[in-house]
Parts: sequence; C-alpha cells; structure tokens
Amino acid sequence: MSKARLLRLLWLTGLVGVALAVTGGLLAIFGVSPAQGFGAILRGAFGDAPRILSVTAFWVPLTLAAAGLVISFTAGLWNIGVEGQIVMGAVAASWLALKLDAPQGILVPLEILAAMAAGGLWAALTGVLKTRGKVHEIFGGLALNNLAVILTNYLISGPWQPPEGGTFRGTQPFPDKAMLPLLGESRVSPISLLITGLAILAVFYLLRGTIWGLRLKALGKSPRAAFLLGVSSERQALLALMFCGALAGLGGAVRVLSWFDSLRQSISGGIGYLALLVVMLSGFRVLLVPFISFFFSAVLNGSISLQLRTQLHSSLGGILAGILVLLVLLFGEVRLRRIFPRRRRE
Amino acid sequence: MRVELRDIRKHFGAVKANDGISIELEAGRVYGLLGENGAGKTTLMKVLSGFHKPDSGEIILDGEPAHFGSPAQAQGSGVGMIYQDPLDIPAVRVVENYLLGHDSQVTLRFAAAVRELKEYAGQLGFAVNPQEYIENLSLGERQQLELIRLLALGAQVLVLDEPTTGISAEQKELLFSSIRKLAKDEGKTVILVSHKLADVQDLCQHVIVLRRGKVVGQADVPCPTDELVRMMFEEIPPRSQRPSQVQEGVVLELHEVSITTEHLSLEPVDLVVRPGEVFGLAGLEGSGQRQLLQACARLIPVRGGQILLGSQNVTRWSYQRLRESGVAYVPAARLEEGLVPGLSLTEHVALTSEETSFVIDWPALHQETRRRIDRYQIVGRPETRVDALSGGNQQRTLYALLRSPLRLILLEHPTRGLDVRSAEWIWQLLFEHVGSGGAILYLSADLDELVERSDRIAAFSGGVMSRVVRADQATAEELGHLIGGGR
Repeated sequence: MSKARLLRLLWLTGLVGVALAVTGGLLAIFGVSPAQGFGAILRGAFGDAPRILSVTAFWVPLTLAAAGLVISFTAGLWNIGVEGQIVMGAVAASWLALKLDAPQGILVPLEILAAMAAGGLWAALTGVLKTRGKVHEIFGGLALNNLAVILTNYLISGPWQPPEGGTFRGTQPFPDKAMLPLLGESRVSPISLLITGLAILAVFYLLRGTIWGLRLKALGKSPRAAFLLGVSSERQALLALMFCGALAGLGGAVRVLSWFDSLRQSISGGIGYLALLVVMLSGFRVLLVPFISFFFSAVLNGSISLQLRTQLHSSLGGILAGILVLLVLLFGEVRLRRIFPRRRRE
Repeated sequence: MRVELRDIRKHFGAVKANDGISIELEAGRVYGLLGENGAGKTTLMKVLSGFHKPDSGEIILDGEPAHFGSPAQAQGSGVGMIYQDPLDIPAVRVVENYLLGHDSQVTLRFAAAVRELKEYAGQLGFAVNPQEYIENLSLGERQQLELIRLLALGAQVLVLDEPTTGISAEQKELLFSSIRKLAKDEGKTVILVSHKLADVQDLCQHVIVLRRGKVVGQADVPCPTDELVRMMFEEIPPRSQRPSQVQEGVVLELHEVSITTEHLSLEPVDLVVRPGEVFGLAGLEGSGQRQLLQACARLIPVRGGQILLGSQNVTRWSYQRLRESGVAYVPAARLEEGLVPGLSLTEHVALTSEETSFVIDWPALHQETRRRIDRYQIVGRPETRVDALSGGNQQRTLYALLRSPLRLILLEHPTRGLDVRSAEWIWQLLFEHVGSGGAILYLSADLDELVERSDRIAAFSGGVMSRVVRADQATAEELGHLIGGGR
C-alpha cells in the first residue's frame, strides 16, 4: 500500500473515531456509558447469526440502490427520485406476486424483471421531465417519490387490501412460491446476494471499460463540452437515470420478496435517501459502496437492540451515521488533499 | 509605487511556472511583459496581485516587503489587476458593480458613487452610463469599468492581462491614452501582459521577456521587433505564403438566414462558402458573427431562411446529426466548452473517435493518443488530464480531436491567446484540412489574422453583415471601416 493511501485510510479512520467520540458524548449526557451503548449496537448488529443475517438482508437493497446511484451521479444527476424508484419496483413485484399464478422458477424472475422495468420507467419519468420539461431532477424526483408513496397507500387500502378488510398496513402475505428463496429462517436470499455482487461489478466495469461509462463521466464533468464533443446529453441522462431506476426497483423487489412478504405502507423506509448518503461518502467509487452500506446497515440494525437494552431511542444509530456523514463531507477527500497534497506523476 | 520582485518561484506540480524571477519596476513607467504561451507571465502577475502565493521569493513595494493572502489584500496595498475576462458580475448595474468591495457601509451611497464614477470616467475619457447593466456592455467597456474601480480603490500598480483582446480599435486607443496619462501624470506603475508586439511597442517604455519561467531579456522601447521576437522564441516565426485552394462548388450556402436572440437580431444573411475556402468573419464582439457561426453549427435556432450543406437542407438538423455528417465546431472557450476538465487525453480520444466500440479497447486508444500527441505536438501524456495542459496545448488537443476528413470547420477565435508560433502551426493544420477539400468559416477579433489567413472576409456590425471582400485585396483600414458599420 502506498504512503498516500495509508494516510488516507488513517485519516478516514480518524473521522470515524471522532464520530464515535461525539456520539459517545451524547450517550454520556443521557446517562448511558458509551462502552455499554456501543457494545449494545455491536451486539445488536453482530451478536449472533440471525442478527448478522438481518444486517445483510438490509444491506442488499441499500447496496443495489447505491450502485445505481453511482451511475446517475457520474452523469452529474441528482437522482433524489431513487426512493420512489424503489417503491415502484416493490409495487410492480407485488403486483405479479399477488396476481400471477406460476411456478417459483418463472414467477420470481418475472417479478424481478417487472420491478426493474417499473423502477427504470419511473426514473425515465424524472428524466423526461428534466430533458423535455426543464424540471430539475431533484424537484421532479421528490414529486415522484410522493406520488409513489401515495400509490402504495392507495393500493394497500383499496384494490389490493386483504379480503378481511383494509388495515392500511399492508397487503395479505404473498404465497411462498412468489418469494425469493431464503437462507433458513433469515430474510436473506442467496439470489439477491449474488445479484448485488454482479450489480457492483457491472457498474464498475461499465464506468471503467465502456464508452457509455465514459460518456456519462464527460456529461457529469462538463455537460456543454460533452455535448459539443458529440455526446447526446438528453439520451445519456435518460439512460443513466433508467439504469439507476432499474437497480433501485430491484432493491424494491428484494424488500417485498424477502425482507417483508407483502407490500407495506413504507416499503422503502428511506433506503433511497440512505443510499444517496452512501454514494456521497464513497466519493462515487462503486467499489467502496458495499463497505459503506454495510457499515450503515450494521449501525442502524444494531441500534434497534440499543433501544431494548438501554431505553435510548434507536435513532441514536441514525445520529451516529448522520454525524459521520457530515464529518466526511466536511473533512473528507477535499481537506485531505489540502493537508497532504497529492503529487503529480512525473 | 516602486515594485520589486525578488527571486519569485512558483511551481504547479512538476511545472516550474516561475523559476526564480527578479524584476524591478519604477513608478510612472509602463512595462511590457512578453513571452510565449506558458512562459509564466500570468502566473507572475497573479503572484504580484495576490491571486497566487509564491513558493518562495519576495514582493517589495516601495522598499517594504509585502505578503498577500488574497487579491483583496493586494488591492489594499495598491496593486490591482485587470484580467483578460473582467471579474465583474453580469446581472448588476454599473454603479452597483462599482460599489462592490468599495463601500462597506450598510446603506449604499448611490448618489456619491455615481458622481465618483463620472468623475473618474471623465478624467480618463471614458463614457460610462452608471445605470446600464454590465451584461449589456462590451468587453472594452467592462475593462474601462474595472480600471475605474481599481483606481477608486487606490491602486498604484496596475496590471493589465491581454487587455486588447476582443476590444475595438477605438477602445484600444482610449485605453492606451488613459494608461499613458495615469503613468505620466499620476505616477502609476503599469504592467502590460501581452502577446501583441505592436501593443507593447506602442504603449510601453520598457519590456521584460520571459521564457520558461525565467527572465531572458529586457529592453527599452522602442526596439526592433525582430529582436523581441528573437528573445521570445530564439527564432523568427516564418510568415505563411500560400496559393488559394478554393475550388468550384458549394460546401455551405446560406439563404436569407435571419436569427433572433435575446440581445441581437441578425438581418437576413446570404453567403456561399466554397470547397477549399477559408472564410473569415470580422466584427466587434456581439455584432452577430458568433450567432451566425453557431446557427450554422445548429446550436441556436434560425428564425428564417435556409442553411444548405452541399445540396442538403440542414436548417432543422440537430447539432449531433450535423456533426456526424462532417461538420466540426470548435468553440473559443477551450476548458469551458471544448474539453472536459478531469478527463485524460486518451479519454477524449475515446469519446470522439468514430471507431470506439461499446467496450473500450484502452491499449489501442493509448496507442492512438500517443500518435496524435506526436502529430499535434502536444506537451502531455495520454493519461494527462486536459485541465493540466497549458492553454496552447489545450488548443492543440481540440484540433487533435477533430475528425478527418471534414467538410466544414466552424471556428471561434482559432488562435486567441496563443503565441505566434502556435498560431502559425494551427493555421498550417487548418490549411491541410482545406487542402483536402474542406472549408473553414471562422470568426476572429484579430484583423491581421483575418487578412493573412482568409480567402474572403465579411464584417458584422450591429447584426448586419457587410459586403464580402477578398482578403488579398483587403487592408486593415478597409476592414476597420466595415467593422464600424461602413459600406
């Protein structure tokens, strides 16, 4: 490992340390010893096999959405609509799960494809609003996020409500054959793990080795120059958003087909927004994405048991994650370069 | 104010922009700072005006060492710089821009500011309307405002970076006479950074020549131009002599093309550009020539008329489609529009090459990039990011990315900001394109360039195109007349 890399790693470790210290201070203020608090989070995340599997199950859709976001961020697009794209993926998968009668080997792939298509098309809507209607993707995305949630609520309380009457909480559970095959009693599916790994590699390869990735980079760095050099900006922006939407939709399918077993009211629960943070922390490097999203999954899942053990609200995990994000955005890459200027290659 | 720079060093990575420069400047004199592209002129002046911190060396003003952390601090000590593109704010009024960095009170003293502005303008012979919006002003007028603003802030040392680029002859005369007055009557120290030998000869009393970050010569002006050129380059650049390569036929034909933009409407234009022809468009900035060029590139819409490429009507085509059919557009702003900052030379080649497949063959493209680096004499490596290249090398890179053969090249200021040798080199390259049957339609603010390089020239004034003149019979005086709106 080169000296510069080592310094960078040390620096980032230091930032994590500071975030832990600040959160520890908060714990102390509420009368919980930091050791006890962090211990509870750690045990909550990694205490036994079911917990580790739960962290992993949460990790899958988060990583899928984040991998997709690396593509749209590279193209210079703020795809805030990723949350809605997850939701629409979940809706599409649920639709087939509820309505289609087919053997598992056919039904599940169809559900996944439908989810990807739905997420991609929902993202395309943001794209069309942007390229044709001059609506910035942040505003278009936010509006579509709300619409997706409203659609879910309507479906749950209306056409897809369980026969015993609408509870406004979810549809009736899907039949087993509509679900992703799970590892034992967990909510993790080996198939979704495999797909996530492939998605990360695909994004890495697309950006590193293909003309499409290069076009997106050019577009992200200088839309005007990219256009003049022959990159069709509208088409590329649309494709980048659709690619991201497809992966987010896939994440939505994983949520309904393994984490839950039905379409629920807040099916995504903010995973899309969390994925945005993951990608910003990664500095848009897809190979860092799985690790960062694993850290988030562990902290957030671990905090649930913090609540049980210490009577502190589980949002403490969110506070820890939030502080870390702010610290990295404040003192990450940019400041690091100022302190340890990178030497140009001779 | 007496200015002394002692052993100034400034490195950017491995590039020694200033490599131990020591100069002394006396009050009341006008100095010229000459040098090839990348010689370190702008860096040195940015050090003096607080924009860059030197790696080592001293700035001494009237015997006192000065340390500037920002341009504002330098201004506080009496050093002001006018940049090539003035650092003003397009959307505000002249008087508001004047008040910026000038009036630290909560309420703005508009009446007093207007009075001051007019007073300064009157002294210098400038006509200034305080209520006009900056964006409606020409480059020359904005320069005048910057000059006034710096003087009002108490500037004793004035640095002008390429001030005569893009301004009219009258504006230049006005600027020069005001500078002479400021130096002679008020004892200001003036430094003119320029490529233009004529400007230096005209305005300066002493010239300092830089090459590769070092002072390589000084001379009192007037001095033989050849000698200055020799100091800059060690060789006198050849002047081009070429036969006309114009052939029969039509590459580009405009029929009654009219354009309306926010600021200007262009009267219907009729124009034919022939194969092998170099057609120059003259005019002050904002007279319509740029709009015409961009309409030909299908970057802005036309209101009426037809644009024909060969015999095809391309009036409604998209830029990308036109590009696919062998039309190239090279913008003036290299790093804003022409190249993608952050991407390497190889990545640019990959982006623009027709043969690039979906999966990029990086080794082959590295080879291809190396070939183009050799052919276009770019100082850089395939993996060098374009924003790390010097201006002249960025320009060469733009040309290295053009496809070949091309039917039509549309160019904005093809050699703006380049030294004589690079400009010559670029024109030789363009003549090669023309020699293979392509045509060039370009705009330039440099009359010498227009006369020397074009086959025919048309001038624009207030959205109206003049008659077309043959370059080999045109004189600078005649063109100046047409640019001014004469018939």
